[in-house]
Parts: sequence; C-alpha cells; structure tokens
Amino acid sequence: MREKQIDKLKDYKYGFTTDIENIRAPKGLNKEVIEFISKAKKEPKWMLDWRMKAFERLKNLKEPNWQKPKYPKIDYQDIYYYSAPKSASDKPKSIDELDPKLLETYKKLGIPLQEQQRLNGIAVDAVFDSVSVATTFKDKLNEVGVIFCSISEAIQKHPELVKKYLGSVIPLTDHYFATLNSAVFTDGSFVYIPPGVRCPMELSTYFRINASQTGQFERTLIIADKGSYVSYLEGCTAPMRDENQLHAANVELVALDDAEIKYSTVQNWYPGDENGKGGIYNFVTKRGLCKGINSKISWTQVETGSAITWKYPSCILQGDNSIGEFYSIAITNNHQKADTGTKMIHLGKNTKSKIISKGISAGFSDMTYRGLVDISSKAKNSTNYTQCDSLLMGNKCGAHTVPYIKNKNPESNIAHEATTSKISEEQLHYCQQRGLNPEEAVGLIVNGFCKEVLQQLPMEFAVEAQKLVGISLEGSVG
Amino acid sequence: MLKIKNLKADIDSKSILNNFNLEIKPGEVHAIMGPNGSGKSTLSNILSGKKGYNVSGEVLFENKNLFELETEERAHKGIFLAFQYPLEIPGVNTNIFLKTSLNAIRKANGEKELDAIEFLKLVKLKAKNLKFDEEKLNRQLNVGFSGGEKKKNEILQMSILNPKLSILDETDSGLDIDALKTVADGVNSLRKKDNSFLIITHYQRLLDYIKPDYVHVLMNGKIIKSGGPELALELENKGYENFN
Ligand SMILES: Nc1ncnc2c1ncn2[C@@H]1O[C@H](COP(=O)(O)OP(=O)(O)OP(=O)(O)O)[C@@H](O)[C@H]1O
Ligand SMILES: [Mg+2]
Repeated sequence: MREKQIDKLKDYKYGFTTDIENIRAPKGLNKEVIEFISKAKKEPKWMLDWRMKAFERLKNLKEPNWQKPKYPKIDYQDIYYYSAPKSASDKPKSIDELDPKLLETYKKLGIPLQEQQRLNGIAVDAVFDSVSVATTFKDKLNEVGVIFCSISEAIQKHPELVKKYLGSVIPLTDHYFATLNSAVFTDGSFVYIPPGVRCPMELSTYFRINASQTGQFERTLIIADKGSYVSYLEGCTAPMRDENQLHAANVELVALDDAEIKYSTVQNWYPGDENGKGGIYNFVTKRGLCKGINSKISWTQVETGSAITWKYPSCILQGDNSIGEFYSIAITNNHQKADTGTKMIHLGKNTKSKIISKGISAGFSDMTYRGLVDISSKAKNSTNYTQCDSLLMGNKCGAHTVPYIKNKNPESNIAHEATTSKISEEQLHYCQQRGLNPEEAVGLIVNGFCKEVLQQLPMEFAVEAQKLVGISLEGSVG
Repeated sequence: MLKIKNLKADIDSKSILNNFNLEIKPGEVHAIMGPNGSGKSTLSNILSGKKGYNVSGEVLFENKNLFELETEERAHKGIFLAFQYPLEIPGVNTNIFLKTSLNAIRKANGEKELDAIEFLKLVKLKAKNLKFDEEKLNRQLNVGFSGGEKKKNEILQMSILNPKLSILDETDSGLDIDALKTVADGVNSLRKKDNSFLIITHYQRLLDYIKPDYVHVLMNGKIIKSGGPELALELENKGYENFN
C-alpha cells in the first residue's frame, strides 16, 4: 500500500532562514526601545510623541481573552521589537545595491526584485523583519501620482498624509494589540492613490519574518482619494522554529467618495509542526473606512498558515451607498487554530455588505468564524448577506460559527446562511476510482468549495493560492 | 486480464462473497446477474479498491495482485467502475473533474497531459456521441443531475478514459429506452480486442444491445451457473427462485 514517506516538516517550503547580520533593539518593551525604533527610522518628533501616547495608553490596557484559541502567556519583555539587516539600515538607493542575501531570499520566496526578473504588472514592497528593504516600480507609479513606499519613508516624505490618516480608522487606543502596534510598529506599506486615478498595476507587500525571538509589527496605510481605484495584495512567510513568534499588524484603509480598494491577503506564516510546536501568532487588526459616498472596500483573505490566526478585517460603511465585502478562506490543519471573520458596521444610508466565509478544518485543528453585522438606526435601507460554510475533514477537528447581528433599523435587511459539510469516504473513493490520489481528490473538492472566494483574488495570485490550499491540507487524508 | 480465485469478502463478519471465481480474458464481455443483495456491488467495489471489506483469496489484473494496489493505481492501470449510485460532488465542475481525472491517468502512464483546448475537443466529441447535453458539463459534478443523467455521465467518463476493464454496475437501471441504446452504443464502440467488460444487470434487455460472451448467475456469494447469452433469457423466464 501507499508509503507515506513525506517528511511533513519539509512541506513548508518557506521554512528556511537567511543568515544575515542584524541590528537589533535591546530585548523588551520600554520607552528606550520605542525611542530606538523611532530613531532608527529617523522619525520626526510628532511620530515619536504619537508612539509614546500609545505606550502610555497600553499600560492601562489588558490583553483580550474572549477568543476561542487560548495560548500561553506572552512575555512582552522577552521579545525583540526591532531587528533589521545591517546592510539595510542605510537603505540603498537602488535595488541593485541590495545585499545579495536579501535578493536571494526573495527570489527563493518567488518574489524576484531585480529589474529584469520582476513580476509583470505587480509592484512589490518587500518587508524583512522590521524594515522595508525594497519597493519596485516606484518611479513608474510616480508618473501617475501614485505613492507606494514603506510607511517609514512616508512618515518622512508625506507627513501631512500620514498625520491626517494614521490612526483615523484604528484609533490609537482601540484595543491591546492595536495599541501595542501603535507604540512599536516598525514597517509596512503606504499607498496613496490621487483623485481619479486607477492604479495601473497591482500593488503588493511581501512580509518575511526571519530573525528569531522577534515580533513583527507591521503597519500599513492605504488611502484611495476620490474616484480612484487600487488593488493591493499582501503575502507572508516565516522560517520554521520551535518558538512562537508574534505578528501583530495594523492595517488601515480609507476610501473617499467613489473610491474603491480591493485588499487581498495570502497568509502563509509558518503554522508550527505536526504536533503544534512553534508557529506564528497572527494577531492582526485590519479595518477599512468607507468614508466617502459610493465608496467600496473589499477584503479577500486566504489564511492557511500561522499557529493561531486571530483577525477580523472589517468595514465601517460611513458614506451613503458605500459597500463592504469580505471573502475568506481559512484553513486549519494539524494543531492550528483560527478565530476569524469580519465586522460590517453600517452607518450610512443604502449601505451594503456581503460576507462569504469558507472554513476548512482538518487534523486536530479548530476553526471559529466570528462576525458582526451592525446596522445603525441611521443606516436606512441597508442590506447584509452572510454566507458561512464549514468543511470538516476527519472527526478530531472543530468548526464553530458565531454570528452577532445588531439591526437597529427596521428598513434594513440581514440574511444569513450557514452550512457544515464533510468530505465523505464515498466522495474520496469516487475520485480515486477516477485516478486521483487522496491529496488530489481533497484538493479538487476543497478548491470547489472555495471557488467563490478564490475567484476574488487577482488573477496572478489565484493559481498560487489554489495550490497553497491543496498543500495546506496535505497529510490530512489517507 | 482479470483472474479472481477463491475470493471471500465479509463486512462486519457477515459473509457476502464466498468461494467466488471468475476469469475475464482480453476483449471479452461478461454479464453478471443475481438477486438484490447477492453481492454484485460488493464485488465491483472490491475490484475498484474500496475499503471496509475483509477480503481473502486472489485477484490478479494483468498478472498483478490487485490487493497491493491503491484505488487510484488500479484506475491508472485501466480499471473503471461505473457506479450503481454515482456520487454528487458539490462545488466541483464536471468538466474540470473529467480533465483532472484524464490527466491524472495519462500522467501515471507517462503520457502527455491534455491542455484545456485538446480536452474540450475530446469531451465535445464524446458527449455528442452519447447525446449528452454539453451544457451539463459546466455544472457541479452530478449535482442536480437526474438519475439517468448520472448514469450517462458515468459512461461519458468511461468513453473518455478508454479503460481496459470496465465494470458497469447496473448502468442500465434508470435509463429510458433511447438512452439505453445510446449507452449500449457507447459500450460497443469501446469493444476492442484488448478492452474487456463486466456488466452487472438485472435485465436481459441490455444484453440484446450488448452481446455478452458469457453470462453468470451470482447467488449465495458465488457464481452458481455460467453460460452464453441464452442463460439470461432462461433467467428472465424462470426467475431466481425457480432457478437451479
Ligand atoms: N456497508 C455495509 N454494511 C453492512 N452490510 C452491507 C454493507 N454493504 C453491503 N452490505 C450487504 O451486503 C449484501 C450485498 O450487497 P450488494 O450491494 O453487494 O448487493 P447487490 O447484489 O449489488 O444488490 P442490488 O442488486 O440490490 O444492487 C447486502 O445484503 C447488503 O445489505
Ligand atoms: Mg448493487
């Protein structure tokens, strides 16, 4: 019979480490470390003050613990908050001046940064631990007025935009992890699309955690000015380690009148080993503000990695006629856990939201969909449609659906559908009889299950994501 | 091609097949008839590699021990089962399923995989021959298909995969008269000197269209009588009770 000789650990092909000299802030969370970060980034004083305000606030906040996946207490004094390749500390002017080790790393991850090998039609910001090491196609984007750079660069070069919008969607004091991020955030991307501009290429950020015992505190801010459009994608990977590493990001999106932001995530952080040892804690705050009338924000996420995924990309539908969408595929295998979903806050009139969530659990994993649809009394004639489907593989995993609904407007309408299904032995046998091995069979069935969400991804990434879905479930059958 | 010696099969210690013997040579068509619950589907399931049975005895396919092969490996070697109750697989597009299946088998045999255009050309032709509504191929696999459409879909897959040994488990049940003829034509067009068939049926009508070389009667876990096509007629007249 079949020999299962796959070494499970080898399945995570992004698990390598780059041996590179780092500059680190001393371990621990304190004023000095925050000053260190701010100084390393050559930030103006207002930014440091902002961080300090968050840090003061943090002292009065408690880590939330209402989530389903529990984890051992995190010692915040035992984490490095800043780690950057030495060679990137003085950011080189061009990509050709980049440390070859970094170029090699991104090449191995399938993200070539050099001019001649670049992905067609996709501009990439590459974030390595705590710094952005390169951003491609900057000049070309500049020609149409699109600003795409690291948030660190934006703080220096576009302070008026950053001051106006940073923290405008996720307030400094929002909750523990968001506030922690505001105090210690290191790097991430900044995007500004000027009025009336349709961003001519996909923008994407690739997050890589490399250093050990280091947390990654990403900060991303995207602003779509009136009548503009942008599609943005982020990807993430990390080496395989026995320790748990924290990734606590804040992502803020602002869409003004008639603007549209499409934000996609393919999250493939190291999930830990078969026995649940190691892996990333992915505790992320993502929120979009449909500030203007007729604006639209659409979140698409494919969450396959991380030991624990805990995030609710949300939309605040403030402008009349604004639209919020959330398309999600979350996969947990082995001992992974996820508690994810969205919040749709309807404030304006005629606002619409749509939630399509596909959860797949295998092995000993546990998956929770948690979502809030909140229609305020002013949000006349608003609608939400929610569809939540769970697919179980085997009988040792769990799937839970926790929808919260608050409708304060009698003229508005909320519809919710949920299904739970299982891949049956008979279905597998049928596929195998037609020549597919169990993994291919599961891949086919699962991709069918997720199709609606996969279709939302930009073309260039849909195929990759589809493969990833199959790989994530490897070893879960047979 | 297929040699079954002394096959015994139990489920939950209930004996279903016992001392079952059968040999099928290349190019032959064998029909098996037998009362409900006599173990016909059990036999086809076991040949296909379905788990959950306690089996002993010997089954050789082209001189290879079938019990050493996974279900998909048997499919790669050319064993095809048209299921009595074809399964629905929600979310999976029928065309994509067929293409994935064909390419998996081609790949396992070291043949070039077909691209989308080559595949569509092939599937169009086969669907036309079987009067299978092409539009249905864009639907989810068997979801919302009528009973007869599901059966036809099995035969469509068979004709695309061109297997060496096709096992048809009551494919005729549920087909209307015209469909029965089309399906029979489909089978006959695959009849070649190397392709063999094991046809399980309750009705001798199908055998009017697909002339079998042998007819076997399965009762009490084994073949109690074998003969030519005339055996099917005899059965039809007498019924199983008065048989023997
Ligand atoms: N999973 C199972 N558990 C218990 N008994 C089973 C199982 N599968 C089949 N059987 C029994 O085995 C016997 C043979 O079943 P099988 O489906 O092979 O019959 P069949 O000859 O194909 O019948 P039909 O003509 O009705 O299709 C029946 O008595 C059936 O109830
Ligand atoms: Mg049967």
